[in-house]
Amino acid sequence: MSDQQPQEANVPHEEVRSITEEESARRMPGRPPLILPGYTYRSLTEQISSIVLGRTPLGWWAGAFFLFLIVMIFLYAVGYLFYTGVGIWGVNIPIAWGFAIVDFVWWIGIGHAGTLISAILLLMYQSWRTSINRIAEAMTLFAISQAAMFPILHLGRPWLFYWLIPYPSTMNVWPQFRSSLTWDVFAITTYFIVSLIFWYMGALPDFGTMRDRAKRRIPQVLFGIVALGWRGSIKHWRNYQMAYLIIAALATPLVVSVHSVVSLDFTISIVPGWHSTIFPPYFVAGALLSGFAMVLTLVIPIRSFYRLHGLITDRYIENMARWMLVTALVVDYSYATELFMSWYSGDVFEEYMSITRMFGAYWWVWWSVMMCNVVVPQALWFRGVRRNVMAVFFVAMFINVGMWIERFMIIVVSLSRDFLPSSWEQYAGTVWDWATFIGTLGVFAWLMFLFVRLVPMISMSESKELLSEQELTAGTHA
Amino acid sequence: MIAGNEIYGLMAEFDSDRDILLAARRAQEAGYTRMDACTPHPVEGLADAVGYRKTRVPVIALSGGAIGGAIALLLLYWINVITYPINVGGRPMASWPAFIPPTFELTVLCASLAALFGMLALNRLPQPYHPVFNVPEFERATQDRFFLVIEASDPRFDVEQTRRFLESLNPLGVYDVEP
Repeated sequence: MSDQQPQEANVPHEEVRSITEEESARRMPGRPPLILPGYTYRSLTEQISSIVLGRTPLGWWAGAFFLFLIVMIFLYAVGYLFYTGVGIWGVNIPIAWGFAIVDFVWWIGIGHAGTLISAILLLMYQSWRTSINRIAEAMTLFAISQAAMFPILHLGRPWLFYWLIPYPSTMNVWPQFRSSLTWDVFAITTYFIVSLIFWYMGALPDFGTMRDRAKRRIPQVLFGIVALGWRGSIKHWRNYQMAYLIIAALATPLVVSVHSVVSLDFTISIVPGWHSTIFPPYFVAGALLSGFAMVLTLVIPIRSFYRLHGLITDRYIENMARWMLVTALVVDYSYATELFMSWYSGDVFEEYMSITRMFGAYWWVWWSVMMCNVVVPQALWFRGVRRNVMAVFFVAMFINVGMWIERFMIIVVSLSRDFLPSSWEQYAGTVWDWATFIGTLGVFAWLMFLFVRLVPMISMSESKELLSEQELTAGTHA
Repeated sequence: MIAGNEIYGLMAEFDSDRDILLAARRAQEAGYTRMDACTPHPVEGLADAVGYRKTRVPVIALSGGAIGGAIALLLLYWINVITYPINVGGRPMASWPAFIPPTFELTVLCASLAALFGMLALNRLPQPYHPVFNVPEFERATQDRFFLVIEASDPRFDVEQTRRFLESLNPLGVYDVEP
């Protein structure tokens, strides 16, 4: 299949330089290059911009239409929720946090890998972020958008959500900043705005390219507006690069702070299974794991559909698979620590929580989590698996599911068995819970569809910089 | 075709980042001071070659972060201690450790906004009109070509002499930039 033979990818050949496959293999033994040889500035610009400026493929219309139907399901579910109230969901005391909070934690976690790829890898001079950073950042933005909806939907009176923002109201009431729920508002708002700034700034030079390449009036005007008159002046580049680095450095602590704050929503309470100091790092590792799984879930089909194997080479996939393995091991270590501490603490409630997770009414939840997040990722130890794109995709799907079930385990199973047996309860999502969750999957995927159609999805200016560096190390002249 | 005081400057087109770096250094050696280079990607050393060394973005971002963080902490103190104090389990009113997460987030937010808008302000963006766009070939500056512009306001600028100088740098073409 084409995934294993990137040299057969749709590399434009009109300005091929004299670098053969053998030469590039000799220069970087064992590792495929980040951009396949044969690309020039021109062919690279043409391939990436033609996805936006060219005709819409039939497959895009089919997918977008299908997803639009799911968006309608979402709007229906939310409309009915606003009309009726949260009673349509399965939540009740003692399980007051159900699907909505599971979905919230899952979605906000997914965003983290995008920030790690775009910010931390930039600061570490890891050039393998070049072709995937914009897709990953778009994923971050859209995932935060899904996540941010759930706490609002979960409110009894969602139209009053703005009460969480400190503003001088006539009621003379102010938010309570000793509550981790208020911290959440700031963490997530900041995370979204900073991600948006970073994404837009990264795309600014490319918007200039699109403006200059557009042939029709409407794209010219629209890209002209968002390009802000960018002309690639080297003085601009110097300020731009410095600002980009600074925002990357500012976004880096966000990778660890946002999910830590989310985890504090749980760990500050005294519920068995929640009240634990390991939660912040445990949540951050889980966030990165699910985020890398989601990046792979998006990048592999996009790359195959648009034939981008020459730009998103197998090396990207393999590196992300390595990250998935590392973060999975950290998550697995956290599971082990949780189990150990529940025994070592001598707390009967904590001990009981571990046992009921494994063998209680929700036994299948715990065993599914172990299967998806502990057993299956171990396959990535093998190079053969990491270099097999389909295999990596399947592992990523397992982790996507596993991380959602893990949040179900933490939230629902913990609430279902607290201190008093008289307040033990079983929980199941209703059809509206499922419709809302599947609806957000549809909204997310639909936004990704719009993104790949309307915005150049690979950074052209950064790819050219990488190409220039590859030429320099290769010692050839364009 | 036009007199020196009626054009914005002269523009030379180059094929690669190395060519334009060489050209910009030669122009600097020749004594030109008011020039600019437009490239599809940042080129290491080119900003120094056209005589642009310092960027003030770090100072702006730092001030933005410091001001944002200070205002955030004061705001939280004012809200939870002065204007709307609530006794939560007998904890001190000024329980500053609890104020740190929102303060941190607002510091990051204000520093990022300052970096973005500072960068745009230093670059004079958005800029709906700039003379360089009058050259039709310039549309490739964001794609695959590298342009060196010597402005007419340069004290050493002379249409004929500067044109000859630019042509001596082996460009793909030399163009007049209308104002």
